[in-house]
Amino acid sequence: MPSLIEKTACDGLLPVTEAGMTLSECVPLRITSVAPLAGKDRAFGAALKAMGLGWPKPGQSLANGEAKTVWSGRDQAFLIGVTPDGLDDLAAMTDQSDGWARMRLEGPGTEAVLARLVPLDLRATAFPVGSAARTGLNHMMMVLCRTEDAAFEIMVFRSMAASAVHELHHAMKAIAARTAAL
Amino acid sequence: MRIAGKGLIDRAKTVGFRFDGKDYTGFEGDTLASALLASDVKVFGRSFKYHRPRGVMTAGSEEPNALVTVGKGAAQVPNVRATVQEIHDGLEARGQNAWPSVNMDVMAVNDLFAPFFSAGFYYKTFMWPRAFWEKLYEPAIRRAAGLGALSGKHNDESYEKAWAHCDLLIIGSGPAGLMAALTAARAGAEVILAEEDHRMGGRCLSETFEIAGKPAADWAAGIVAELDAMPNVRLMTRTTVTGAYDDGTYGALERVGLHVANPPKDLPRECFWRIVAKRAVLASGAHERQIAFSNNDRPGIMTAGAVRAYLNRWGVAPGHAVTIFANNDDAHRTARDLSAAGVRIAALIDVREDVEVAGDFPVYAGYRIIDTVGRKGLRDVVIADKSGQISRIVSDCLAVSGGWNPALHLTCHMNGRPVWREDIAAFVPKPGMVPGLEAAGSANGAFSTRACLAQGVAAAEAALEALGRKPKKVDMPEAEDGAVRMRAYWEVPEPKHRAWLDFANDVTTKDVRLAAQENFRSVEHMKRYTTQGMAPDQGKNSNVAALAILADATGRGIPETGTTTFRPPYTPVSIAAMGAGGQGAGFAPQRFTTSDKAARERGAPMIEAGLWYRPSYFPRPGEKTWRDSCDREVMMVRDRVGICDVSTLGKIDLQGKDTARFLDLVYTNTFSTLKPGRVRYGLMLREDGLIMDDGTTACLAEGHYLMTTTTAAAGQVMRHLEFVQQAHCPGWDVRMISVTEQWAQFAVAGPLARELLNSVLETPIDVTTPPFLGVTDVRLMDVNARLFRISFSGELGYEIAVPARYGEALYRDLVARAESLGGGAYGMEALNVLRIEKGFITHAEIHGRVTAFDIGMEGMISGKKDCIGKGASQRPGLVGPEREQLVGLRPIPMSRQIGAGAHLFNEGADPVRVNDQGYVTSVGYSPVLKTYLGLAFLKNGRARHGERIRLVDHLRGTDVICEVMNPVFFDPEGGRARA
Repeated sequence: MPSLIEKTACDGLLPVTEAGMTLSECVPLRITSVAPLAGKDRAFGAALKAMGLGWPKPGQSLANGEAKTVWSGRDQAFLIGVTPDGLDDLAAMTDQSDGWARMRLEGPGTEAVLARLVPLDLRATAFPVGSAARTGLNHMMMVLCRTEDAAFEIMVFRSMAASAVHELHHAMKAIAARTAAL
Repeated sequence: MRIAGKGLIDRAKTVGFRFDGKDYTGFEGDTLASALLASDVKVFGRSFKYHRPRGVMTAGSEEPNALVTVGKGAAQVPNVRATVQEIHDGLEARGQNAWPSVNMDVMAVNDLFAPFFSAGFYYKTFMWPRAFWEKLYEPAIRRAAGLGALSGKHNDESYEKAWAHCDLLIIGSGPAGLMAALTAARAGAEVILAEEDHRMGGRCLSETFEIAGKPAADWAAGIVAELDAMPNVRLMTRTTVTGAYDDGTYGALERVGLHVANPPKDLPRECFWRIVAKRAVLASGAHERQIAFSNNDRPGIMTAGAVRAYLNRWGVAPGHAVTIFANNDDAHRTARDLSAAGVRIAALIDVREDVEVAGDFPVYAGYRIIDTVGRKGLRDVVIADKSGQISRIVSDCLAVSGGWNPALHLTCHMNGRPVWREDIAAFVPKPGMVPGLEAAGSANGAFSTRACLAQGVAAAEAALEALGRKPKKVDMPEAEDGAVRMRAYWEVPEPKHRAWLDFANDVTTKDVRLAAQENFRSVEHMKRYTTQGMAPDQGKNSNVAALAILADATGRGIPETGTTTFRPPYTPVSIAAMGAGGQGAGFAPQRFTTSDKAARERGAPMIEAGLWYRPSYFPRPGEKTWRDSCDREVMMVRDRVGICDVSTLGKIDLQGKDTARFLDLVYTNTFSTLKPGRVRYGLMLREDGLIMDDGTTACLAEGHYLMTTTTAAAGQVMRHLEFVQQAHCPGWDVRMISVTEQWAQFAVAGPLARELLNSVLETPIDVTTPPFLGVTDVRLMDVNARLFRISFSGELGYEIAVPARYGEALYRDLVARAESLGGGAYGMEALNVLRIEKGFITHAEIHGRVTAFDIGMEGMISGKKDCIGKGASQRPGLVGPEREQLVGLRPIPMSRQIGAGAHLFNEGADPVRVNDQGYVTSVGYSPVLKTYLGLAFLKNGRARHGERIRLVDHLRGTDVICEVMNPVFFDPEGGRARA
């Protein structure tokens, strides 16, 4: 049977590496936005717990292997890397798998790279592993998670992938040049 | 002249650079100023107004005279302070405001006309004739007066912006700053220590005093090394904190690559930091004041502290026979240090009679300087004693000190006013001027080293307490603790010639007195009238002296006269740094559809729609203009089939059992009756009753809807819905989220649309499934998709939506199939013509001042329910014949061209504002009807179909009679869309 060729959001843009830092596209996973329906918060939280996850508090991300929940706004989270079976009557669920460019920025100096584009305090004391924020990546809206001490996951609108890669790569090159020159 | 064995420069590392076309060498650690002074260069530039030769006056960023241009061509940077710029191999600098050179400047003729250039000169002289100001006078004055020039070219150099966060920001790394940093860092606070200089230490680097029994510079280096080793301390050299803003945010400019020879391409020149600090300590030190006397601006006249700095830090004696002129004891150190280094002191002149100075040099107590000689470099100093007895001292360098002003600028950035301290004759900050910021050391008026060290510790302890941290004990090092001994002395009375206050702006004591005489007596008026303290200076050098003279001229005290407002930035900040990343396309993010590449490959010029890029038209061989392509694409859709990417329209997924109710509230018409599988057109009003947006909403299942918005208003509608839900119906079970990015959606429009779709769909569709305004799930090539039967072209039309990952592949496939059927891709131009032919509105029509009544849709405001904006839409004046209403226009004869933006007038009326009858919002050429068509708003327009109206485009010069018509020009019954 003929089929349609799939393209990821960052097709042809990534990975890029500068001075030991790498920006790469995450393996595409199912992304579902979930928002508990009225009166179903507890039941939904319990259902997520049963999946080894849980309902994240504002600014939080809960991970279990590849699967995770990421706080994404008022009464709303992203469920990533899991098929949301059996949650139908508990939450409004919307497939967002294709709507976001998901990238991973890792290596020494990633905090410095993000400090060029993100107004938040991302020091490990203020934004430890497991933190999530809906914030700006320069002029773009982004969902940011710290997944490891020196690794962040960045989600931006799919249509803005090129701009986001450009901004991040530009900042990476500037940090690399500082390391080289000073 | 270099002095052997002195200074903190690395004499093993020679650096070559150029100034004003000549080669020089200096050492690593030199600034441009120190290296040129070591080479006996006197003239660095020409003054702002009078083109007077000027030399270096200070050793820091407060420098008013030695402003140079660095670099060439597009990369050149004007107004760089030679006292801050570090030399590096290949550095190329030149003096400013002079032609052909600083040593031979033809504009120096201005100096001869000085009597005409006094304060207010421009206002008085060039008032008449009025039109000449902008065209002639101002450009001429701007050419003659000024600083360095921009290249006028785009520069490609990289700049950056960044954020930093800390518990405690310490501004300045002199004795106070270092002790504050040490105290806070040892207590575990996260500290940023920002220092403007390339080396930490502040005044420790320029003085010969000792701290803790060591030379001050060694002591400072020890503390810096300890701080550098601590993980909770961030040392930022070359970083000037330029502004204090709300909530503990500070602006700072870091010079990143400006001192680097052959910098890598990606190295930013500067970084503009926004530092967010819970607390801050201002330890920015103090600026030494000049004294105003006749011809006090000659090259070779400097501040006494600067002369010490050049000697002690850079091993440079700025002259061979140095005179010191002061009103305080501190300046005597200059004489002692120079004398100890073997430099000849021509004289130490102190305006106080009762001073005792021990030294092997002539001392003139109670004397004053009445004039100086030497145009391109000081030669003689003319002094007088109390009786008026005149003598002349041969001297090529004059070190002046009128006392010190705390560098308190940042404390005033939130409009706080400092207080006057009589004992040091200076303004000092008072606590709380900037919340969370405390001044310490000389910035706080503490002028002994011991007091600076102690205030640094105290300020850090106060900050630690506010941060909830316990300070650890820090040993207070031994240091001098001398009292300030000075007498306020601002000017030598009755100068024979001009006596300068503000060197950067060429303002003299006479100008300030003139301002007072002409009743500009308020300090703020005086500043504006004379330009004193403006622009790059920001009141650093002359502020206190100028207002002391104003106080004298107006018979008031200094505290009563007050000070002008210090505003950010403390030192100039490149716009390139503040706007880093914003050049060209960096101005805003770009949004690309999944079909972007395919459209560009077909040669489509892209146009911006908000942040999105959409194809304008798809040129084919033989088509000479965009109109050729557009006409073909329109006919293609009307006769065959066309494909258009409509993914940019906003899409909002709504779920929850109260969603139908919610839609009834936000839309004017009823949605609770919409059945699953059906789509309805809806109109949305703002709270004020005017139209916000229109679009369609599909019912996907019970309690599950998909709303579409226009591309332009997608964000606004999402925000509106969230507001309505949170503010008006928070208890309702409604959940919503944008899915604009999730789906790639393509319009398939034209008589052959169904045939095309059936070539890809697994299960074929027919006339009734889906029906017109229906939606259904479909499968194609193993992918689940949604198929909407909606039409924005008036033709049989569908929109097919697939997850965005398949967007590019499906678009290319659909276009290829359309081409096989004699159709193809169509762009925004054709889309626009198609909808104008049908009288469909866009935001060109619903532009924010239009009501439902105006577009003939008042019937869509349901009478059976309430909705947002309903009440307001019924206000008087929003309905009625006086309203401009949507009409169609067709030129008579049909061959005439019309344009959007034109205004409408009754035939026979003058085409002037008062006769305005309306305006044209959209125009397109209809290849079907073979005429231009327009949509317009016309007073009482619906009652005027069939009338003639005069269309005048004052901008483009068109004047055409048009027929007023029903705005639906084509297929008014709508049969084609339902086919």
